[in-house]
Amino acid sequence: MKKWFRTGKPWIWLTAGSVSISLIAVIGLVIMIGWRGLSFFWPSAIHEMDIKQADGSTKHIIGEVYDSEVVPTTRLPQSMVDLADIESETVTRYLMKIGNREYVPLDFTWVLESLVTEDTTPKDMAVIERSKDGNFYGRITAVTENGEVVAKQSDEDFRKVMFERVERAVELNEQAMGLQEGEISSINYQLNELSLERRRLELQGELTEQAIVDLQAQREQLNADYQVYEKELFDLREQAQRDALIVKDFRGEDVKVPMYRVLDVNFPNDMGFFAKLGHFFQQIGKFVSDDPREANTEGGVFPAIFGTVFMVLLMSIIVTPFGVVAAVYLHEYAGKNPVTKLIRIAVINLAGVPSIVYGVFGLGFFVYMVGGSLDQIFYPEALPNPTFGTPGVLWSAVTLAILTLPVVIVSTEEGLSRIPPSLREGSLSLGATKWETIWRIILPMASPAIMTGLILAVARAAGEVAPLMLVGVVKSAPMLPVDGNFPYLHLDRKFMHLGFHIYDVGFQSPNVEAARPLVYATSFLLITVIVGLNLTAIGVRNHLREKYRSLEH
Amino acid sequence: MCVTIYVKNTAHLSTKIEHERIYKKDFDELAKGSEFMISVNPSTSNMEKLDLHNLPAEQTALDIKNLDLYYGEDQALHDISMRIPKNRVTAFIGPSGCGKSTLLRCINRMNDLVEICRIDGEIELHGQNIYDKNVDVAALRRRVGMVFQRPNPFPKSIYENVVYGLRLQGVKDKRVLDEAVETSLRGAALWDEVKDRLNASAFSLSGGQQQRLVIARSIAIEPEILLLDEPTSALDPISTLTIEELITELKEKFTVVIVTHNMQQAARVSDQTAFLYMGKMIEYADTDTLFTTPSEKQTEDYITGRYG
Repeated sequence: MKKWFRTGKPWIWLTAGSVSISLIAVIGLVIMIGWRGLSFFWPSAIHEMDIKQADGSTKHIIGEVYDSEVVPTTRLPQSMVDLADIESETVTRYLMKIGNREYVPLDFTWVLESLVTEDTTPKDMAVIERSKDGNFYGRITAVTENGEVVAKQSDEDFRKVMFERVERAVELNEQAMGLQEGEISSINYQLNELSLERRRLELQGELTEQAIVDLQAQREQLNADYQVYEKELFDLREQAQRDALIVKDFRGEDVKVPMYRVLDVNFPNDMGFFAKLGHFFQQIGKFVSDDPREANTEGGVFPAIFGTVFMVLLMSIIVTPFGVVAAVYLHEYAGKNPVTKLIRIAVINLAGVPSIVYGVFGLGFFVYMVGGSLDQIFYPEALPNPTFGTPGVLWSAVTLAILTLPVVIVSTEEGLSRIPPSLREGSLSLGATKWETIWRIILPMASPAIMTGLILAVARAAGEVAPLMLVGVVKSAPMLPVDGNFPYLHLDRKFMHLGFHIYDVGFQSPNVEAARPLVYATSFLLITVIVGLNLTAIGVRNHLREKYRSLEH
Repeated sequence: MCVTIYVKNTAHLSTKIEHERIYKKDFDELAKGSEFMISVNPSTSNMEKLDLHNLPAEQTALDIKNLDLYYGEDQALHDISMRIPKNRVTAFIGPSGCGKSTLLRCINRMNDLVEICRIDGEIELHGQNIYDKNVDVAALRRRVGMVFQRPNPFPKSIYENVVYGLRLQGVKDKRVLDEAVETSLRGAALWDEVKDRLNASAFSLSGGQQQRLVIARSIAIEPEILLLDEPTSALDPISTLTIEELITELKEKFTVVIVTHNMQQAARVSDQTAFLYMGKMIEYADTDTLFTTPSEKQTEDYITGRYG
């Protein structure tokens, strides 16, 4: 045994073991989150169940099995169910998603396995995704146009007719949405600009009769345009209201589901493997590209993805020059004395400050002081409404830039100190000044190290939520920070963020059960986004490394 | 004995012409039958001998006057005075740590980079002290180029390496740059080897080629003086030979000052040699004299290999 220790082999086992544990932990985490997040998009079977009630009657429900758990029988009496025929110590119960929110108090219900008397998965069961009130489960019996039945379930081409009409309604809705978010929102933006312009002239004392007339004319022109678009919009909406679906729900009653609310209709019990796979990817696509609905518990997370990536890019643009310049000064110009050492230690310690402290600092300094002053100087016409004096994407990016600055400084300095002195001397001996040497030789060669700093900064910033809650993140942002209205980048706007979205959906949501898989799916997406950003940066760094390979020898 | 090794080394040469030429040189040297183990290059011995201690101003490239140099508390150079003649090759020899590289780096003020370094005394270039307060160091370094011990090409293409100094001066005309690249590479005996791949990375060259590239880079800005700090110590014997031949050619246009560890090299390439020991200039004379009839005992001990 002693001999074995002397060979040094235990060390190999120890080190390799700790690497394995870390690997298992990371892989396990990704698999767990990935599995729980992605399985949400897989179409699950729709069960039609008969359940025995305590009073002897049976209850009929339609829905998908959302979750199942094994509970000890002793815990059940509190939930007031009849336990007469249950003999075993534990019993399985299912969490069913039954949808049809307008007809039930809760669209989730627990079902004891032992009380289920009949359980089938009929092929004609449909899931109707709606823009309001969540999913609807039931059998579609007919399609109506202006109240007249145009196709019945017994018809041969029933599904074809139905899908055509669903598609038509979705298309009309999209057109209406496009109109609303494009032309109409642009007119609203311009109208707002006009009133700001008027206020500006008023403040400057230049509001002449002529200007008032001009502004009024522009306003009337915009209003006239607006009338046209509004009419078009109402027209589209009216067209979309033409059709409806008649659905027989779990109570056996025919319910009319208006077509303009329908986003998609599926028959998961009637799908083969490949149809399910197609549906799976389609759902993921929707999740990534759609706006959230129903207090973030339905729909996609596109604004959050956009906000995260946009904020991180903005932060990178801010932090890189600052960090590099600071590192160049510390390494190249500052004297090698205790003060420099002190500054360096302070910079490194800055990385250890809790992030929420940065949030408080950002709110107090950037938002209220800097932003407030900017408003006074540049946007007096909008006061008392703040423009930059309120949390927004710019302040979030700046706050995170300060938060990640130490990382960039430290790794840039590392890179600078790795450049062989002979190259500096070579450049200096050709008559270059110190600045020319830094700009032409040192910085390009330090660029891989700068990229490393940026990678670490991005990894930290993309996952940071706490400070953002103070300086710009919101649950639901009506507009993206980039749009078609001049000046296209609206850095004063608030934004959505995947990290905050996870917190919001998980803990602030009115519908906990519906939100849970979204938490996992969003987490998985956040990881994917961060990995994606990092891989891009690593790719750039490797390219630069290849270019300046001389560091190796 | 040394000469034998020299011959052996040249046996690797691949091109026949070069092979023969070097053989011839060696036989010449052998034929001279110098009584010391160090043979003197015949080409240098033909130069007229200069009176180094009373060199007239028009023949002087550099005039070093009472130079003392301190690293913090330690004095590294003691009262060095010497005149370096124009268009000649001057070698500094001496054991490790004797201050020869330090002295060389004083000439283009490379020692400014060392924070604790302090200098007393003067080095005059065209009658002006380069340590004056109003001297533009970058401009001085354009006039006094330097090549270092290890090849240090920039991580750029061969072309960009050569034009680096010109670009710094703001030269943008493509024709001027192209011309400078060709002249400099020819001057550094590298043109024929790289003319077809000027845009390849400088790191794709061999060590000897890199060192010649660095020389080309230095002569591209047409300095008056070229400082070579042990330019061949990191190179193989064949590359060393090529560079030594190059040095002999360079002196037609430039004043060359070379620091070398290798006494044979000093003997082969230089016109005059200074021997430094412990930061003091022991002897400064033309190469023939120094190697054949040194006036100081220390010099003789060093070149005969008794210490150092």
